[in-house]
Order: sequence, then structure tokens, then C-alpha cells
Amino acid sequence: MMTAPASTTTIDLTQRFPGVVTPDARPGYSGFIVEKDKLVEVATAIRDELGFDLLTAVTGVDYLPENKMEVVYHAYKTTGGPGLVFRVQVPRVDPVEVPSLVHVYPSADLQEREAWDLLGIKFTGHPDLRRILMWEGYEGHPLRKDWQEPFYEEEVKPFKSRWPDGKFFMAEDRNPFKDNLKFPQNFDPEKWIPENDEMLYQSLKRYTVKSEDGMTTDRIVVNMGPQHPSTHGVFRAALTLDGETIVGLKPVVGYLHRNHDKIGERNTFLQNMPFTDRLDYFNSMSNNFGYAITVEKLMKIPVAERAEYIRVIMAELSRIQNHMVFVGMLLNDLGAMYTPALYAFEERELILDIFEAVSGSRMMCNYFRFGGVVRDVPDDVLQKIKDLVFDRLPGKTDEFERLLSENEVLVSRLKGVKVVDAETAVKYGVTGPVLRAAGVPYDLRRADPYSVYDRFDWDVAVRHNGDMYDNYLIRIDEIRQSLRILQQAVKTIPQGPINSQKPQYQVRVPAGESYGRIESPKGELAFYVVSNGKPNPWRYHVRPASFVNITCLEQMCIGTKIADFVALLGMLDIVMGELDR
Amino acid sequence: MYGKGILKGLSVTWKRFWDTYLDDISWMIRGKKRYHSEEGIKHRSSKNTRGIFTVQYPEERLILPEEARYVPFLVYDEGAEGKKEVRCTSCGICAKVCPPQCIWIVRSNDPNTGRPIPEPTEFYIDADICMNCGFCAEYCPFDAIIMDHDFEIASYSRNVYNMEKLLKPASYYKSIRPENYARNEAERKAKEAAKAAKAAGAAPAS
Repeated sequence: MMTAPASTTTIDLTQRFPGVVTPDARPGYSGFIVEKDKLVEVATAIRDELGFDLLTAVTGVDYLPENKMEVVYHAYKTTGGPGLVFRVQVPRVDPVEVPSLVHVYPSADLQEREAWDLLGIKFTGHPDLRRILMWEGYEGHPLRKDWQEPFYEEEVKPFKSRWPDGKFFMAEDRNPFKDNLKFPQNFDPEKWIPENDEMLYQSLKRYTVKSEDGMTTDRIVVNMGPQHPSTHGVFRAALTLDGETIVGLKPVVGYLHRNHDKIGERNTFLQNMPFTDRLDYFNSMSNNFGYAITVEKLMKIPVAERAEYIRVIMAELSRIQNHMVFVGMLLNDLGAMYTPALYAFEERELILDIFEAVSGSRMMCNYFRFGGVVRDVPDDVLQKIKDLVFDRLPGKTDEFERLLSENEVLVSRLKGVKVVDAETAVKYGVTGPVLRAAGVPYDLRRADPYSVYDRFDWDVAVRHNGDMYDNYLIRIDEIRQSLRILQQAVKTIPQGPINSQKPQYQVRVPAGESYGRIESPKGELAFYVVSNGKPNPWRYHVRPASFVNITCLEQMCIGTKIADFVALLGMLDIVMGELDR
Repeated sequence: MYGKGILKGLSVTWKRFWDTYLDDISWMIRGKKRYHSEEGIKHRSSKNTRGIFTVQYPEERLILPEEARYVPFLVYDEGAEGKKEVRCTSCGICAKVCPPQCIWIVRSNDPNTGRPIPEPTEFYIDADICMNCGFCAEYCPFDAIIMDHDFEIASYSRNVYNMEKLLKPASYYKSIRPENYARNEAERKAKEAAKAAKAAGAAPAS
């Protein structure tokens, strides 16, 4: 069960800013409401005076019945401990304007763009407020409560047409695509010129012409992706180059966007569980974990003891296979085609066999339920896990190290190539192994403990140079630490029920908000859920690690050679399913 | 020594290369089949696997665990004279819990009274929309809808399954999920016994 609440009342912001900051008195809510005009000032004080240096999430919420829009900020300290929630409320009258926090917390950059894109909240002072997930020229803001998607059927599931008189129809027959597609006024696809690219390149300072030694030089813009094989999916980066050196970079994402948040708000609470599998499809167990603890916090229910152990076992197995594949794919990116990747896949295969045996599916596990897990781990599968974590995986990790860690070619390629330093990483909201490789021992399993991680003896893996070699080594370290946790967990797993609740297909969730976060293999994965007491969440927001981590990509790449770009992107370990949602 | 790390790494790949052949030879000496046999496939997905572990689909197939799930089917019990006794009572829980809403049920009504009777007239699953989450089977109170093991459903058109396509006998259910089947049967028997005991207990009182 989660222990630390997402907010604490020991800090008296209300006295520091009388009349500006008021505690949020709504039942089920926590934190402070900040006056819009003083937001930047208050946020600066929160960062500098109170020491909340890591702004993890910026979430927009549309409170249509109250005719209000809200932006919720979750700030944490990298030294650990509970966080601080502060929010701004503005009337829901266009233009909805909120001051941007990019200059206080640069990690807000992409998240503010997301809130602008999906909710139409204009962040004044944001240097580059463009759409990010939807395409430029798109009409409307899809996460607003009065927006309806093509093939819209009903406000919330379950749809009434399915039962008891479920005469089958295909969505596209009932509601042809043309009928439900909104275009901007006077839109003519023949004559339309996308402004997006122009705006994108302007943000890159393409036309900055530098004159040195009396010579006029121009920069080159290179578009990498979205079909580039080494961008780990449909990721596009527009790079400005000065010779071979990167001087500017803008990530262009959204090619795989399917508006996960909107789907989540149409679903019931339980129905979201299988959808979370599709975020970071390498670690569906971790995604389930994050969502389950978020809703459990809101429901205030305990988790069955045995289920806690099963959850930890599954999440750590997931971390091991993720890091193994990460190393394999990194070597792929660097040009060592397939050998390390396939060695990694071999171990991954064995772990996925376990996932399939317990959950029924290799990748889309859908294994967690509110209060526990769906079914018990049978003894023969538990034996298989023991075989793996005691006999096979430690040896295979050693073999992996023998294969790679000392290889002179690899070492000279990786060592000394800067990824990111600690200060920049925290500023830009990078979490996960990349942050720890830069020397910040910030691991949520320790810093903001959840589940039963506090019962095991393990260390937070940390490296100090922040170069590529450390980023590689920290993954190996984390595999070893995960094995340590697993070895203790499979030994001490108690008998008992696997769910504290009765199986029910519709759960009761009291009104309120909840922010649950876990240390996913890629960084902090968090869910922000608002319930109004109905069977469907009012707001369901995912704060994926990959998405926030690429805020830092430009900082990481500037000054390096373009040849390092692929490796640097690989270091962030992005998965487009999670990034684009 | 410069180059030691490379040699170390090469020793790993070298060992891996020979592992397959050594494993093959050891299976040959023991007179067993490493390929195209259940034992061989099990070995290749165990912790002791060495060398190449590929399973040559479709000639060879991985042994699916019992919980493996794919698009669901409806269970019917075989009654007298081959009558299909559909377990589904069209309560609609599966249709309500389905995350992508791909289940469509038409409830039967008694033609004389107009009251609903516990049997579906029609039952559709749009298998192309189905996300194989297994909620329908998990929450079905009658074990009437079960996740299948048949994953080879590629076709040239939309896979919209009707009752005819969805109905499969309980014996099939037993063959793919023996443990679940046994557990369900035991639960059912216990429930019936309890009902009988209650009826027996109630009878003398009245």
C-alpha cells in the first residue's frame, strides 16, 4: 500500500504568500491553489526556497460543469520525500491563459505544449508553443470534455447499443468518416500548405547566418525519421547542423498518437487496465503497476500481501528484460548488429514465458487488478522464476559483461561521450537510469517508496560520470540489483489470497484526485486520475517517462556530433507507444 | 593488454557458436530428438537451454501455457441427442466489461409473455476489435465465455464472429484448459450440492 501522500501540509506556502496561495479544500484533493498572476513567483519560491527541484508532471484538467480549467503541477525533491501539488484555476473562456513555467522548470516544456495541444490552455511566455501530438492545422482540442472523436458513439462505456439488443454494426457504417470529421473553415486540402514545418524550422533558428572570418556560413537542417530505422519507432528529429556539429534540435512526435487519455476517460476504471499495457509495450507489468496503485490510492483499499510480492516479482522481471534488450538495442544502434540483441532476446524470451504462464499473454499482460492481481502464480511457475533468478540470469548477466563491458572498441566509443550532467538532467525532468548515471541517486523505489520495496535489501544503482559508458553500466547494475530483490522476494513470498477485494467488474471509486508514480525501467511513470464518483474517470492522464525525458534531448545533443545522436537517443530508451500515447 | 576485452568477448560468441552443435551431439548420443519433439521444445524453453533456442514455427510449435488467451469462444454442454445447451444466459456482463466494446448480445424474449429468457438469440464478437484482454472470461459468472488458444485467425475480411462460429463444446474447453475446467466443475458441483442440501434442509421445515 502506498505510504507517502502526494502532498504535505508541513510547508506553509499560505503564510509565505498570503492571499495568493490557498489550500485546496475540495474533498479528496490536496495541495494548493495559486493565483494565476503570481504563479511564476510562487513556483520560483517553491523551487529555490523550498527545494522542490524536480517538476515531474504538468497536467491540464477540464472541469466543464464548473466551467473551469485547471493546471496541476507535481513537484518533488530529488533528495526524496513527498511532493508538493500546486494548481492554477482559470475560467473556461477562450483564450484560456496560464503563465508558462518553462523558465522556472524547463521540464514543463513539452508537457505544456501537450496541454495546449490537447486542452487548449495557452501558456503565455512559452517560447515555442506549438501543437505536439496532433498535427498542425488540426481543429479543436481533443481532451476537452465537449469534443467528440470521429466514430463517437456515447459519452462513456459501456455503450447501450451492445446489450440487451446488440444488433451488430460497424462503426464506419453507422458513422461514415466524412460525417464526423471537422475541418478548419475554408479548408481545401489541395491548396493547404502545412505551416507546421515552417514554424518548426523557425524554432530551430535555421536562418541564423553566422559570419566568421568574413565568410558567410549557413546551417543545414537534417530531418531524421520518422522512418529512420534507428529512431526506435516513428520518432522524428529536426536537427540543425553546423558542419557535423548539432546546434539545434527539435523532436517531432505524435505519429503514433491515439489519444490514450481520451480513451481512458471514456472507459471505466477497470477497462483502462488492458489499455495501459499498450503504453510501454516492453513493460506492461510496470504500467499495470502504476495504474493499479494510483486507483488503489483513490479507493483507499489495501493490497493483498501475496499480491504485493507477486507485483514486485513481475515488475523486476520486467525491468531485467527491458534493460537487457536496451543494451542489445544500444549495440545495434552503434553498429554491432544483432549478436548482443539476440543474446538479450534469449533471456527476454524466458521471462516472457513466465508472463504468459501467469497472465496469459506475453506482452499485453493485463495482470493487475485493484487490490491485487488477477490470478495466483502456480508453484511450477514460481519454481521457474526461482530457476531463472538463482541459476540462469546471474550467469547470463556475467556473460553479457564478458561480451561487452571490457571490449576496447565499445569502451572507446562510449567513454567520455557526455550524455547529460546532473544539474541539466534535474532541470529538464529526466528520471530513471539516465538521471542515476549522472550521479543523482533518485530511485522512486527508495525516494518515495511504494508497494513492499522497503522490505528488501538492495542498493540504488548510481554512477557518476554521466557519459555513455556509465549509462550502459548502470543498466547492468540495475539488472543485478533487480536480481537481488527478486531472490529475496521469491524466497519470502507469503501464502494467502491474491486480492483483497472481491472480483467485481465495476469498481466504486470515491471522488477526488490521485497521483501515483512508480519507477518504471525507463524512469518515472505516473498516472493522474480524477474521479467524480461515477464509474468512469473524469480525468485520466499518463505521465510517461519517455515523453518527459526527451525534453532534455536538445540539451543532450547540442555540441555533439551528429554521429552521436542515434546513440544519445538510444540512451534515453524511448518507446513510442508510451511517448505518443 | 590492449585487445584483451575483445578476445574475452569473442570467447563468449565462440562458446555460443559451439554450444548448439555440442547440444545437438549430446541429444544425438542419448538417442533423443532435440527438434520436432515436445521434449526438445520444452528443453529449448527451459533454464538449461544452450545454443540456438529457436522454435521452427509452423513446423514446430511452442507449447502454450494453460492461461494463454486469444479471442474468446462460447461454451455449450452436449445434452441429450446432441442438443447444444448454451451456457450463456445473456446477462450482458461480458458486453459491459469489454474495454473495446466488441461484444454484441441480443437477449431472447419469451414470445408469449415477452419476458426475457436466459439465452442469447444472437452473439457477436468483432475479433478485429477484440484486444484479447480476457475480462469477459474472467468476469463471466457461468464460465460460458472462455479465452481460446487458437491464434491463427488471419483472414481476407473482417473477423466478425457470430454464434455459429463462436460456439464450441465443453470438451474442447476441457482439452485446452484442463485445470480451469476441473476447477469450474468442482465449483459447480459444490454449488449444486449446497443447493440440494438447502432444499433438503428447507423441505422438513415447510
